[in-house]
Amino acid sequence: MKIVEDSPPILTALDRPNSYIGRSVPRPNLARLMQGRAQYVSDVVLPRMAHVAFVRSPHAHAAIDSIDVSAAKQAPGVIAVVTGAELAKVITPWVGVLTHLKGLKSAPQNALAIDRACWAGEAVCAVVARSRAEAEDACERVLVDYRELPAVTDPETALDPGTPVIHPSIGDNLCFERVHSAGDPDKGFAEADAVVETTFLFGRHTGVTNEPRAIVADWNPGDARLTVYQGTQAPHMMQNLFAKHLGLEEQQIRVVTKDVGGSFGIKVHTYADEMATVALAKLLKRPVKFVADRIESFVTDIHARDHRVTAKIGVKNDGTITAWEIDDLTGIGPYSVYPRTSGIEANQVVNLTGGPYTCGNYRARARVVFQNKNVMCQYRAVGHPIATAVTEGLIELAAAKIGMDPLAIRRRNLIADDAHPSQGPSGIKFEALSNHAALAHLDSMMNYAGLRAEQAQLRKQGIYRGIGFASFVEVTNPSAAFYGVGGARISAQDGATVRLDSTGAIYCHTGVSEQGQGAEAVIAQCVATSFGVSMDRVRIVMGDTDNTPYGGGTWASRAAGIGGEAAWQAGKALRQNVLAVAGSILQAKPETMDIRNGVVVDHDSGKERIGLDEVARICYFRPDTLPAGVQAELIATRHYVPRAWAFAFTNGIQASYLEVNTDSGFVKLLKHWCVEDCGTVINPQLVDEQVRGGVVQGIGAALFEQCLYDERGQMLNGNMADYLVPMAVEMPDIEVGHVVTPTADSELGAKGAGEAGTAGAPGCVMNAINDALRPMGAAPLTDMPFTPDKILRALGKV
Amino acid sequence: MSGHDCDITLTVNGERVTERVDARQTLVDFLRDDLILTGSHVGCEHGVCGACTVRVDGVLVRGCLMLAAQCDGAHVETIEGVSDLGEIADLQAAFEKRNALQCGFCTPGMLLTAQELLARGGVPSRETIREQISGNYCRCTGYQAIVDAIESVAQTRAGAKR
Ligand code: FES
Ligand code: FES
Repeated sequence: MKIVEDSPPILTALDRPNSYIGRSVPRPNLARLMQGRAQYVSDVVLPRMAHVAFVRSPHAHAAIDSIDVSAAKQAPGVIAVVTGAELAKVITPWVGVLTHLKGLKSAPQNALAIDRACWAGEAVCAVVARSRAEAEDACERVLVDYRELPAVTDPETALDPGTPVIHPSIGDNLCFERVHSAGDPDKGFAEADAVVETTFLFGRHTGVTNEPRAIVADWNPGDARLTVYQGTQAPHMMQNLFAKHLGLEEQQIRVVTKDVGGSFGIKVHTYADEMATVALAKLLKRPVKFVADRIESFVTDIHARDHRVTAKIGVKNDGTITAWEIDDLTGIGPYSVYPRTSGIEANQVVNLTGGPYTCGNYRARARVVFQNKNVMCQYRAVGHPIATAVTEGLIELAAAKIGMDPLAIRRRNLIADDAHPSQGPSGIKFEALSNHAALAHLDSMMNYAGLRAEQAQLRKQGIYRGIGFASFVEVTNPSAAFYGVGGARISAQDGATVRLDSTGAIYCHTGVSEQGQGAEAVIAQCVATSFGVSMDRVRIVMGDTDNTPYGGGTWASRAAGIGGEAAWQAGKALRQNVLAVAGSILQAKPETMDIRNGVVVDHDSGKERIGLDEVARICYFRPDTLPAGVQAELIATRHYVPRAWAFAFTNGIQASYLEVNTDSGFVKLLKHWCVEDCGTVINPQLVDEQVRGGVVQGIGAALFEQCLYDERGQMLNGNMADYLVPMAVEMPDIEVGHVVTPTADSELGAKGAGEAGTAGAPGCVMNAINDALRPMGAAPLTDMPFTPDKILRALGKV
Repeated sequence: MSGHDCDITLTVNGERVTERVDARQTLVDFLRDDLILTGSHVGCEHGVCGACTVRVDGVLVRGCLMLAAQCDGAHVETIEGVSDLGEIADLQAAFEKRNALQCGFCTPGMLLTAQELLARGGVPSRETIREQISGNYCRCTGYQAIVDAIESVAQTRAGAKR
């Protein structure tokens, strides 16, 4: 393990001549994004393309007694008006369950509601027209006869005997329940000198990708093929699902993902309106485009985090934690989302609470219930922000209760850096973590002692500043344990194919996809380094199921750690192939040579022997000059999947410094720090920017973002004027530091970095607010987002 | 409802354009759907996110809040045109160097908004830069890299680089 400064480069044992590993090289191909010449799905235009708009249920729960489409069919520009019953002849329903989440159940969901709408915003009828505007006009002429049914909205009463059951066919409103007990929690609480118990509330919020979901589906009956342009994180997963539900072979489906205007987990799920769009293309035998408008995004993009967690911690006076207990309740809408299910976030809360701490006395229960609101599912950092806020919130409340410094209590309880491999309270397995080193690095990076002195000084002047922390662990590089073992056809492995072109440059085809995080750059860095060319001699091909190795795509912080390793290995394999043929040409032993900067050289002396362009020329155009029996193989493929560990846990710690205006209740964020350990850092700048973007997303959860619903299941703030997101002026500068503990599961040793920021920031900001308000005797705030009115209420001012 | 068409003639990125548009069509939809200038984006359709930012007669406007029909006789500049003129080449280079974009969806609007501030000259404070772009939503970057990039260009342009 080594501590490295924020500034590049971060070099490791993988360093070799012209290595890009650990270097902040700029991402290739940014020019098109900056010149307005990208191709997002919302930009795609195809010949004969039609547009679909959906009639959506205005009711949270309603029977659909009839739909009269006659007037809509006559509207200008209309090509077709299709109801749920008609579309069901083209596309089959799905059920979002996984067998390893035992007992998880859900009901069949259709592309368009049939007979009954289960949330306000569910599509009940599709109108296809020449333009989106004409389709929307015609939607207004569709007459749907709704009969309102009682809406189940409050998770707290969803399981009461008197509450209507949303899907009578599955018996009750319980989607999933998990109970877990480890160690001896009762004994632990009995031994505690102090016990803190409180309830944490997490506001339901959503991804608000800047580009809404978008899809263009093109069924060509001549080829009997469906080409789908989709802003998705998992092209191969979608290929499988389209084939399965349209009754086609996977080979008949091509999913193409070009530029994606942000995803964050929003674009990794099956959406009914997108399934309807592919079915309409098949039905109408022409391209059909759907781009969600912002209001549709708010009521149909998956929501997340709507959890109520009652939690308890026991501590001794010396700070030793003796026991943990949580009871989590979450309402996930009327369906478990397909195919990843809506049980994963609660499951992760159970797995991750207690994080990287030694106390193993732990009891947990999580219940996931159905309700008539928009669906919830996995969004950036799935479960981590909740588990981290609960764990770290409890720790700081306990520290305050026994009068201990918040960093000191963590030092006492974090698993020692040299005690790994180890496991967390829930039994999650850690290969190697560096929580103590990260904490020490953060302590000095932020000048903790100095800030405490400043805080005390300012308090005398009536200025209330707070310092809060959150240590965290993060699931990255998931193996098949995440989804595959539960029966989902979601690839845990990824592949890379590298080929030499006729000029000595290379192409690398990869199964991971670019969502803006820099996967293209990272893959190029890996393959350029392991093969031995400069990055400008590498072209990356991604996001196309016809032209990339089978892979899982980009989610759960897997692209760099898994896709990067596959590319690294493929580059090495091609290097061996090229050296073998170069050896034949030069009459030299391949193992005495290397490829550096596009030239075959003597390994020891570095003396140039032959350029790759010349090797390629001979192999492609004059193979007759090669010795008899020598066949050049100028393409190589390698795959990688983590096998030794189910997940490569990363770790780190964040700190927030903020000021609360005790008159207005406004919070001013002054500074934020994050030290994280994602193993080998392939590109320090990209890692830092993932952390920064993630932190800001977490700050959104802590201070601003919430999908507000009334008791009838109507979303009240489904537009960007009323749903607040972090904007530049409120955000602090964020300092990022690293500790490097590579995973031994791969040669590169890289773990994921995409979610650490979001995992830790909400709890960290919560702790800082409570630290600021503690001297005023305010009741601790545990109800996110921490809006000014809640702060003033805690201060007893309103 | 549709059915009210207007004929407009305007200049877009230096090119004269004559089109018949629906009276209700927004400028950004006109640029994207009719002229296939897809660099201006639609994020919120509400005037909040800034993804649709373009220049009309030299002034920044939200393309989702202005109608195409209002642009008869106007000079409209989009990110494509401004890029081709080289006006913001240094800013684009700084965005690349600092990784001030991830998905890039906010970037055209962000660049034009930044250029408005930079064109005033001087080296604005980080707070002023943050205020300038506070009507431009970016979900990916957390904004710091964008502020850094704009700040570095201001310093270079002012010849006052640290
Ligand atoms: S689309 Fe115009 S401001 Fe958002
Ligand atoms: S870079 Fe994605 S929204 Fe700004």
